[in-house]
Amino acid sequence: MKSFHPRLLKPGRYFMQGNIATAEAALVAGCRFYAGYPITPSNEVAEWMSRRLPEVGGVFIQMEDEIGSIVAVLGASAAGVKAMTATSGPGFSLMMESVGLASMMEIPAVIVNVMRAGPSTGIPTLVGQGDIMQAKWGSHGDYEIIAYLPSSVQEVFDMTIKAFNMAEKYRVLTIVLSDQVIGHMIGKLVVPDYEEIEIIDRELPDVPPEKLIYPFDNSRLISPMPIAGAGYRVNYDSLTHDERGYPSVDRDVSFRLVSRLVRKIRENEKAIAEWEEYYTDDADILLVAYGCTARSAKEVVKKLRRENIRIGLFRPKTAWPFPWWRMNELSKRVSKIVVAEINMGQMLHLVREYSARDVEIIHAPYAPGYMPPPSYIENIVRGVYGA
Amino acid sequence: MRVLNLEKLLVPVGFLQISPELCKGCGFCIEFCPRNVLEFSEDVNSRGYHYPIIRKGMEMSCSACGMCQRICPDYAIYLEKVEKIPAKKVIR
Amino acid sequence: MSSSDRFRLREFAVTSLTKYYEGLEQVIRTDRMPHIFCPGCGLGIILKGLAEAILKSGIPINRHVGVSGIGCTGRLPGYLRTDAYHVTHGRAVAFAVGLKLANPELEVTVVGGDGDIVTIGGNHFIHAARRNHDINVIIVNNFIYGMTGGQYGATTPTGSYTTTSPHGHVEYPFNIPLLAYASGATFIARWTPIHYAQMVDAFLQMFEHKGFAVVEIIAPCVLYGERNRFPSYTDMVKYFRDRCVIDHEADLRKIGISLDPKEPLAIGNFYKVRRKTYEELYKELIERVSKEGAKE
Repeated sequence: MKSFHPRLLKPGRYFMQGNIATAEAALVAGCRFYAGYPITPSNEVAEWMSRRLPEVGGVFIQMEDEIGSIVAVLGASAAGVKAMTATSGPGFSLMMESVGLASMMEIPAVIVNVMRAGPSTGIPTLVGQGDIMQAKWGSHGDYEIIAYLPSSVQEVFDMTIKAFNMAEKYRVLTIVLSDQVIGHMIGKLVVPDYEEIEIIDRELPDVPPEKLIYPFDNSRLISPMPIAGAGYRVNYDSLTHDERGYPSVDRDVSFRLVSRLVRKIRENEKAIAEWEEYYTDDADILLVAYGCTARSAKEVVKKLRRENIRIGLFRPKTAWPFPWWRMNELSKRVSKIVVAEINMGQMLHLVREYSARDVEIIHAPYAPGYMPPPSYIENIVRGVYGA
Repeated sequence: MRVLNLEKLLVPVGFLQISPELCKGCGFCIEFCPRNVLEFSEDVNSRGYHYPIIRKGMEMSCSACGMCQRICPDYAIYLEKVEKIPAKKVIR
Repeated sequence: MSSSDRFRLREFAVTSLTKYYEGLEQVIRTDRMPHIFCPGCGLGIILKGLAEAILKSGIPINRHVGVSGIGCTGRLPGYLRTDAYHVTHGRAVAFAVGLKLANPELEVTVVGGDGDIVTIGGNHFIHAARRNHDINVIIVNNFIYGMTGGQYGATTPTGSYTTTSPHGHVEYPFNIPLLAYASGATFIARWTPIHYAQMVDAFLQMFEHKGFAVVEIIAPCVLYGERNRFPSYTDMVKYFRDRCVIDHEADLRKIGISLDPKEPLAIGNFYKVRRKTYEELYKELIERVSKEGAKE
């Protein structure tokens, strides 16, 4: 549905902070509800939304805690309004139960996690990348989510819009894994003409209420979503439920439901996953990095290529679904992989899992709180290469 | 002083419909009947619960107050019909 | 129980319920009858009462939404033929806040137990009351965590025996009307299922009220009763009949529940006041901001 409110960010070129760009992107995508709790380094998103949402007729509320925030976001989405919250590590941990709730009830929502140094309270004002695994595995049970890894202000803008689109299309929770560097940096943003921006809305049922007997039909991966108050009178249940939405303990009901919930994403992963490759065609050493770390990694590739060292960068733009098939292909062509991230090993496991057996994988962790400078990565690569 | 004509005076008498299978033997209807019309049965339903039955001789004593049907948590008893019967015939 | 037994029971239940409701199918999910509640549980009566109130409320059933958390009471909206959301433990009030803010036309009713709403959900409850959201909260208080087998909760009276206080409970319980009042709720009532007509009337007033409405229903529960002086199913309801005193002017500070046979139990429609709701205030804000023009 293409109707753009007159007070949205107009097409043009901007020099803007990452968190503000996140907020403006959400508004362009159609988000009209924000519920959040203050947490560094995401506060600018909330503050900007509190100022801008009333201007476009949306609602902002600062809830009593992060749990209330994400649950209110799901409530608003259940009533048909695109909704989001922004948080950081500690708040993200609090929201984990609701990630499962969103997945079980198939209610679209977006969480922006501006990652910071952890664990626990960590360093609130400095960057981290330690929530990669948590984004996928943080809640109990089986479910799938989509998580984006922006590495510039432009990307956090584009990916936030995409996150809303994917959430609506797949009736899933999507996470934008921003970080404190991307969130607080001020960078170039180009907002294209509105006709060029794709906006996806959730599919609504096209049959009258009397005809909608199976709102959770397992014969299709994604069913249209009945909205509260539209007359469909559906029972949405966090308990395992059958196709009518009624709770059930039956074995086949459980198997079919859980299978469908994960197949929604797994069968579409090739359409959802994104990545960037930089000089990988003839690379013998592969750097794997994402988010702000990828910016340093790119510098390393540029520098070492000038010395004719065959190095390339594989930058996943979605942590989940992880582009494992491409990882696997590239791993077969290189002899060494260096995984650089600001944590003690998270995407490292994905690289190990999907790479060819005989490739050497070196981990380049860095202190939570700090972006590794290109020299750090370069030294590790050279140590590896023996130059 | 006018005396009531018990043959002309009509009083409401309730006739209950009990679904023994739905009953879970909680006893609320028996406890809250203002006329003590109900008691537990000797035998049990297929789920093992004693269900309410009308006491012997109290078949005309139900005053149709509706308390039993209001208070049953399992929808097992209700006032099926109310008939106006001459007071003389009603044993209270 | 075989499926044919269950089908027969359903038929009986439907016939019985039809006595109450013109267009029964409209408000109760008869395909899920009979319900799962225990013998002696008050929830069957509350389900009847709430369904009746929904029909009489004058608000189209399509606009009613039930939100519940986990527990026996949490199963109740699933039996009503309205939009229903059975969310995670304690979070029903926060979910209801999101629903109402996104669509203020909805009549949102949270139905939850004492464990769900004021124990684990305490924080969401007091803050939603403070903001005076226009939502309804029915708290079914059975003094215990029933679904999980009978552990104590925030409303369990001191000295009670529960599965996690086998030597006697040493905590003081919440007084829910006082908690609601102190948090800022604007409609507070307390009834029991045996006060059926007044309970339905309280639900109707709750639907009509603009603001945070709390109706506490004190309900019998076998799991609490069998360990605590109410061994048979009717003991607790007899206690309610004998000790409940209807006092609409009761001092909320004095109506904590001890379940002591010598103490009266105050019930009634205690408090009603009209204060601007969060939804009204925020709507005014949107109008004011939209007029001001774009600021940078």
